[in-house]
Amino acid sequence: MAVSDTHRAVEAVWRIESARLIAGLARMVHDIGLAEELAQDALVAALEQWPESGIPDNPGAWLMSIAKRRAIDQFRRRDRFDRKLAELGRDAEARQEQAEPDLDAIEDDIGDDLLRLVFTACHPVLSTEARVALTLRLLGGLSTDEVARAFLVPESTVAQRIVRAKRTLAKKKVPFEVPRGAELARRLSSVLEVIYLIFNEGYSATTGDDWMRPALCEDALRLGRILAELAPWEPEVHGLVALMEIQASRSRARMDASGAPVLLLDQDRARWDQLLIRRGLAALDRAERLGAPGSYTVQAAIAACHARARTPEETDWQRIAGLYDLLGRLAPSPVVELNRAVAVSMAFGPAAALELVDALTAEPALERYHLLPSVRADLLSKLDRHAEAKAEFERAATLTRNERERALLLERAAASAPEPVSS
Amino acid sequence: MRFMVLVKATEQSEAGVLPSAEMLAAMGKYNEELVQAGVLLAGEGLHPSSKGARVRFSGSDRTVLDGPFAETKELVAGFWLIEVKSLEEAIEWVRRCPSPHEGESEIEIRQVFEADDFGEEFTPEMREREERLREQTAAQRKE
Repeated sequence: MAVSDTHRAVEAVWRIESARLIAGLARMVHDIGLAEELAQDALVAALEQWPESGIPDNPGAWLMSIAKRRAIDQFRRRDRFDRKLAELGRDAEARQEQAEPDLDAIEDDIGDDLLRLVFTACHPVLSTEARVALTLRLLGGLSTDEVARAFLVPESTVAQRIVRAKRTLAKKKVPFEVPRGAELARRLSSVLEVIYLIFNEGYSATTGDDWMRPALCEDALRLGRILAELAPWEPEVHGLVALMEIQASRSRARMDASGAPVLLLDQDRARWDQLLIRRGLAALDRAERLGAPGSYTVQAAIAACHARARTPEETDWQRIAGLYDLLGRLAPSPVVELNRAVAVSMAFGPAAALELVDALTAEPALERYHLLPSVRADLLSKLDRHAEAKAEFERAATLTRNERERALLLERAAASAPEPVSS
Repeated sequence: MRFMVLVKATEQSEAGVLPSAEMLAAMGKYNEELVQAGVLLAGEGLHPSSKGARVRFSGSDRTVLDGPFAETKELVAGFWLIEVKSLEEAIEWVRRCPSPHEGESEIEIRQVFEADDFGEEFTPEMREREERLREQTAAQRKE
């Protein structure tokens, strides 16, 4: 096998094995920074040796045994160093703390280790950016360069973020464990947030000169699917997976040939990926059977209403309006409320919806949000209040930064002009 | 990217010999690994070709041929649909698969066409759209 072929094969093995490797090592050495270094050392050894020896039958076990050997070497060195210090009578305590770890206690339950790694990488002591970078790096097997390209930031920025994150985890003595009780819910929501953020980062860029960005959708989906197997008892994990699968099912229909975005109701439903829809519906079913729905599950249920409708006319708007109502109570937000208004308008007519939208006009968070006047204008126009509609379309046009959309809004404003009074 | 992983038939599979309990267990464990790694999208095993048929096309003519079919090694006995980063990763996953039949057999890996083969048509308008979407997501995250 040529060296470059082997390198690509080593990369593939790394993608498959690295998270388990780092997770297993982290439990042994109680330090994810050190665990990752050890795993990296093993990777370097593979890159050196496999072109000669060929890829071993069980590459995961090979990498683990190299990493463990390095760990033992390191601890022995440190032990000798500490003993020296102790002899000099300086720091006898340090030796106690850094006793050699029990490296032979490999447990079969690699799943638990992986789950610990997920919770540690997404720990709330870290900034959101750090959580995202660490998760992609330690669990997604992405290189620092790949993370940087995906998030359009310099590689040095990501490298620094990761170094600092590891330092913070060590300094704050964050234990390598799965949280329990009330703590679990809070920590889980941090994990889900990180995964959905990665997904959205990719979803907002289904096109680009760099495939790393859209590929984030696949990375997030994969992380979600892995998490669903690690924590199958958590309804919101399945809810998030369902939401991502259904959203991803539309990726081929979201843009027309010229690259312009196509709104949900205008999409060619034949281009929706039915395999992902089926998977999404199955995940949603799993979530709903596990208990009261959380906000991801409700969002997935809304997405499912659209996925189930073969034509836009078949959409169950009453159900969607009800689900937005539920979502508004679970996770109150003016944007959810605006979405609810749109669903109410489809289900019950523009008058009922306008009441909801009017209540939002005082909302400071939506002050510069062009969709608020745009939705309001649309409702006013349906209610034949053309002069008001015109003013709102114009306002929306000043708020949007997208030329194409501005043109469309101004067109509608012009069309809303009251009939000239003929003399 | 997606790959279709095709398990080729053998004389035994074509004869309808069912896999041993041992092999079923090994396959079950492997399938579980694929699910746990988040890469498996779908997968099925297929009956022998004697239970299938072929429709041959020649211009406007359609001829139905009943199974079984002779070229055993070219027939498909089962498939997986997996989502991975590269052909190499697909190969690494297939290398981990337990031997699907007794004796010699083959598994073929084929990439699935996907519509979003992006790249060439990235215009300034699309860049702008992307920025707008980023703003929107940022706005949504804020509240």
